[in-house]
Amino acid sequence: MSAMLEVRDLRVSYGKIEAVKGISFTVGQGEVVCLIGTNGAGKTTTLRTISGLIKPAGGQIHFEGKRLDGVPAHEIVTLGLAHSPEGRRIFPRMSVEENLLLGAFSRSDGSIKDDLQAAYDLFPILGERSKQPAGTFSGGEQQMLAMGRAMMSRPKLLMLDEPSMGLSPIMMQRIMSTVKTLQSQGTTILLVEQNARAALKLADKGYVLEVGHIVLEGTGHDLLHSDAVRKAYLGED
Amino acid sequence: MDQFLQQLLNGITLGSLYALIAVGYTVVYGIVQLINFAHGEVFMIGAFGSLATWTIFFKGQLGLWVLPFMIVGAVLAAVVVALILERVAYRPLRHAPRLAPLITAIGISVFLQEAVRLFYPGAKSALPFPQIDMVTGPAFQAGPVTVRRSAVFVIGALVVCAILLWFFINRTKMGRGMLAVSQDPDTARLMGVNVDRIIAVAFAIGAALAGVAGVAQGLQNSNIDFFIGFMAGLKAFTAAVLGGIGNIYGAVVGGLVLGVVEAMAVQFIPGTFGGSPWKDVWAFVLLIVVLVFRPQGLMGARVVDRA
Repeated sequence: MSAMLEVRDLRVSYGKIEAVKGISFTVGQGEVVCLIGTNGAGKTTTLRTISGLIKPAGGQIHFEGKRLDGVPAHEIVTLGLAHSPEGRRIFPRMSVEENLLLGAFSRSDGSIKDDLQAAYDLFPILGERSKQPAGTFSGGEQQMLAMGRAMMSRPKLLMLDEPSMGLSPIMMQRIMSTVKTLQSQGTTILLVEQNARAALKLADKGYVLEVGHIVLEGTGHDLLHSDAVRKAYLGED
Repeated sequence: MDQFLQQLLNGITLGSLYALIAVGYTVVYGIVQLINFAHGEVFMIGAFGSLATWTIFFKGQLGLWVLPFMIVGAVLAAVVVALILERVAYRPLRHAPRLAPLITAIGISVFLQEAVRLFYPGAKSALPFPQIDMVTGPAFQAGPVTVRRSAVFVIGALVVCAILLWFFINRTKMGRGMLAVSQDPDTARLMGVNVDRIIAVAFAIGAALAGVAGVAQGLQNSNIDFFIGFMAGLKAFTAAVLGGIGNIYGAVVGGLVLGVVEAMAVQFIPGTFGGSPWKDVWAFVLLIVVLVFRPQGLMGARVVDRA
C-alpha cells in the first residue's frame, strides 16, 4: 500500500540554522500518526513545511502521489490537506461562524451549510455561541473552533499542531477523543504533541523527533512502552 | 450660524476628498503594514487619466454623459499604475526590513511626479480640466448655504464608494479573505486564501477610490498639475492616521474631521493665526494632538475591521 502522505529526506532551514535535518516518514490512509519531541525538535516546522507555509531546503513531500513541495499553501488546502496551527490561531475579531466559514474558503460547492452543522454537532458549544467573537473564547473552546474550522475544508488529512497545549486535563481528553471520532469518520490525522502519553495512546504509529532528526519510530503502543520514550518523554524511571 | 453651516459644508466637501484618498493608505496598511507614500501620486495619475480620456475621446464635449467615461479612465489609470507598483516595487520587498519599502515608496512618488511632468503633453505647467456642465455650473442656494455643484459630486462619490466598500468587505468572499489576511496572513493562507491576490486587490481598491478623487479634484479646482498628489496625499495620510490607520471607517471619519477642522479654522480663528494661510498648520496641530492623547486614532487602529 502506498502511503497517503510521504515525506522523504525533508530538510528545512531558517537562514543558516537547519531546523529539520533530513527526516522521512509516512502517514497511511485512515491512520493517526503522531510526531512527538521536545521544544525545538522541528515538529511545528515540519507541519508548516508540509502545508506550504515554509519552503523546504531539500527533500520531497508527496500527498496522494502528488508532489507538494513548491505548491503554494492556498492550493495545498484544496488538495484535501488541512492544518490546524500551533496556538490555534483563530481569527479573534470574527464570530465563530465566520471563522468556520473561512475554513471553507477554498470550497465553492453547495454543502458548506451542512458541514457547518456537522461542526456544530461535533462541538455543540460552537453552535450555541455561533455569533460570539472568537477572541472571547477560552483556550479549550478556541481549540475546538480551530479543529472545526480545519474540518470545514473537508480534508482527507488533518494536521493538528499541539491541540492539547495549555488545556485542562478534562478538555485535553475531550480533544483527544474527538481525534478518535474524526478518525472513525474516515479522516486521516497527523498529530504533533508535546504530551507524548496522550498522543501515543491513540496513535497507530509514532515518530520521535530530536533536534531535527527522527530518532525512534514504531507503533503507538510500542513507543509508549519503550524505555527510551518512557525516560525522556513520560517522566518515568 | 449661516457662516458655520457654510463652513461645515465646505469642510465636508474637502474632507470627502481626503477620505476618498485616505482609504487607500489605510486599506494597504491594514493588509501589508506598509505606508504607501506614493498613493498621493496615484491620485494625481487618476486625475491625469481622466483628463487624457477626455482629451483623446471626447474633446470639446461637456455634457454630463462624458463624466462616467472620465471616471472610468481615472480609475483605470490609477489601478493599473498601482498594480504595477505593487508587483514591481513592493512585492519583491515583502520580506525586507520595513524601511526598504518605505523609502521605495518615496522614490516612486518622485518618479511618478517627474514622469508625468516630462511625458504628459503640456504638463510642465497646470492643465485646464474639462468643466462638465452639470457638475461645475453655477452654485445654487440651499437655505443660507451656497452649494457648489462639484461639492455634491465629491460628497456623493464618497457615499457611493463607502457603501460599495462596505458591501465588498462584509458580503463578498474576497472581502472575507481580506479581513482574514489583515488579522493573520499565515493562517489565512492555510484556509486557502491567496494572499498575493488579496494584497493586489487592496492596492486596486485604494487606487480606484483615489482615481475618483482625482476626477473630483479636477472638477473642483478647474485645473490639475503633476504636483497635486503631494499635499493631497499628505493630508489624506494625516486623515488615515487621525481615524486610526488600518481602519477603513476611521479613514472616512478622519478625512471628514480633518476637512471640517480646516474649514472652521479658516473662518473662526481670529487674528494673526486665522485665515487660509494657517489652515494646514491647524490640520497638523490636530494630528499632533490626537497622536499625543489618542495614538491609536479616533476610531482605533482596528485593522480593516468593521466599525
